[in-house]
Amino acid sequence: MDPLLSGGIGLSEILIVLLKVVVAFAGLMVGVMAMVWFERKLVADMQNRIGPNRAGPFGILQTLADGIKLFFKEDLQPERSDPFVFKLAPYLALVPAFLVFTVIPIAGNFSDGQDGVVTLFGHETLMQVADPQMGILFVLAMSSVAVYGVMLAGWSSGSKYPLLGSVRASAQMVSYEAALGLSVATVLLFAGTLSTNGIVASQAGWRWNIWMTLLVPFVVFVIAATAELNRPPFDLVEAEQELVGGFHTEYSSIRFALFFLAEFMNTVTMSAVIVTLFLGGPSGPIPSGAPGWVQDFLLPLIYFFAKLLVFLFVFVWFRATLPRFRYDQLMDLGWKFLIPLALGWFLILTAIKVARDQGWNPVVAGAVAALAVVVGGLLLRSSIRAAEDKDFDAVDPADLDGAGA
Amino acid sequence: MGYLDGFLVTFKKWAGTRTDTGRRVTTQYPEEVRPKPERFHGRHVLNRYEDGMEKCIGCELCAGVCPARCIYVRGRDNDPADPTSPGERYGFVYEINYLRCIHCDLCVEACPTEAITETKLFEFAFTNRADAIYTKDELLVGDDGRPQQLPWENWDGGFDPAADTSGWMRATAPAGSAEFEGIVAWAGELGYGVRSPELGQHAPDPSDHDDGHGHDDHDAHGGHH
Ligand code: SF4
Ligand code: SF4
Repeated sequence: MDPLLSGGIGLSEILIVLLKVVVAFAGLMVGVMAMVWFERKLVADMQNRIGPNRAGPFGILQTLADGIKLFFKEDLQPERSDPFVFKLAPYLALVPAFLVFTVIPIAGNFSDGQDGVVTLFGHETLMQVADPQMGILFVLAMSSVAVYGVMLAGWSSGSKYPLLGSVRASAQMVSYEAALGLSVATVLLFAGTLSTNGIVASQAGWRWNIWMTLLVPFVVFVIAATAELNRPPFDLVEAEQELVGGFHTEYSSIRFALFFLAEFMNTVTMSAVIVTLFLGGPSGPIPSGAPGWVQDFLLPLIYFFAKLLVFLFVFVWFRATLPRFRYDQLMDLGWKFLIPLALGWFLILTAIKVARDQGWNPVVAGAVAALAVVVGGLLLRSSIRAAEDKDFDAVDPADLDGAGA
Repeated sequence: MGYLDGFLVTFKKWAGTRTDTGRRVTTQYPEEVRPKPERFHGRHVLNRYEDGMEKCIGCELCAGVCPARCIYVRGRDNDPADPTSPGERYGFVYEINYLRCIHCDLCVEACPTEAITETKLFEFAFTNRADAIYTKDELLVGDDGRPQQLPWENWDGGFDPAADTSGWMRATAPAGSAEFEGIVAWAGELGYGVRSPELGQHAPDPSDHDDGHGHDDHDAHGGHH
């Protein structure tokens, strides 16, 4: 809980919350614009191009110019679309993207067992807009709501390519949500709390989850997050070569801009979630002699943004490097590899954790769990093999004749 | 490392933007301009003979061959007292719609008198449909034999007759006949005279004059030889 709201709620508390909302919104907007520019520049560098360089110094105002252009474009709506849902969909994509960011702690001193509480205008508070007790569940819930934005956009367009895009989107995002959830569960096992602030606090003193959970959940999470974001190499939802523009084919003008914004905002917030879950959020070495504002704001902010930047870079790097998956490869990777891996890892870590709590030998417990998981994995593998070996195409013509007669 | 090699490649490109691995390939048009290819197809001109007569005879072959149907020609009989072209007729309406032209050069190949050719000018962005339709007045070369620069055209630093006129005439013979291959066989042009041969071509040799076509029209304008 945010200590700001634990006492009575007066005007000053409300004003502080409002201030936090406005600052977070403005910061995220500017961040998204910077991200669009960053991505375009970086991809250009990786492809031996120059990238935007006309609008403002180093083309930094390119996003702004694009946004203004989109504002003045004609807003088209297909005749056969469902007008209400068609208009609703962009907001369903955008709003969750922003809401996820509200639970991300971006500053505050977490060193030496401190819980990141800072003092703003004489009130104790956390450097996040909200700290609900079910914090990380809220993140998962919002990323599921975002699926609706994409799905309904395609469905309500009344056009075939968007529809195909949204069918892919719903299948893909639902599939990868499972892997995402399972790797988050591993983190929760170590943190012992759902609150994002609590998760960051539990990683203080370099006990970052990326190595506390032995890297695997982190890798699974990053891959699943890329799929959740519909970013390359998992951008089947948009697949220009096959589906024109995928779910947003029929969108133009400001509605398209909203989707575009949501996509990049999701990239930023998802990177922030990764930093929170696995890299200890804004925590880092803080010299104890430093003045309060350096301890509470400056250094944590620098740490947070440095970590964030690493992941933004990684997402762009993925895009520049990997070709798009085929649809069956996507499903294979999700269901036959990532989900079993995340689940197995979760079981092993759970066994070790339970053994620790009960005073059993954690090595033995871990080994037993690993054995069980390996046996389960082999069973899964053999059943997948068996299913693949079955030749579904070989239909006996005699059967067909019999059915026809 | 199999899957991960690609990441190294892109990383090297990014890290080495100042080195050879990551050297950028972008040309910063319009500040930097690449040399145009030899046979570049740009906007058309209607040519004139050295004495100022128009080459177009209003035969409409170009309009007939145009796959985009973007040429509109109307022919009319020459005034015998003051002819516009050396033949019987001349084109008195000639329009090309650049919203439709695909710059295939077929009109140039079809033209029996080399009246229509394509320059290498390509910077002619227009902002309305009327400008997109080039009329005869706009297409016709000026009295110095150069294309006219229209208000919306950007010629980035002028018009270089050697670099910017059509390469087609110097590549093939009229009517595409194999007998003419490698022989300079085009008529003179206002302002330029007979253009010099390209590398690998030679000027016509009077001794191999008998081309078997039997129409040695040695008048001032129509001659291909
Ligand atoms: S270049 Fe081709 S499309 Fe253009 S006017 Fe000539 S024939 Fe027509
Ligand atoms: S430009 Fe050539 S083909 Fe077209 S009408 Fe004139 S003479 Fe005939």
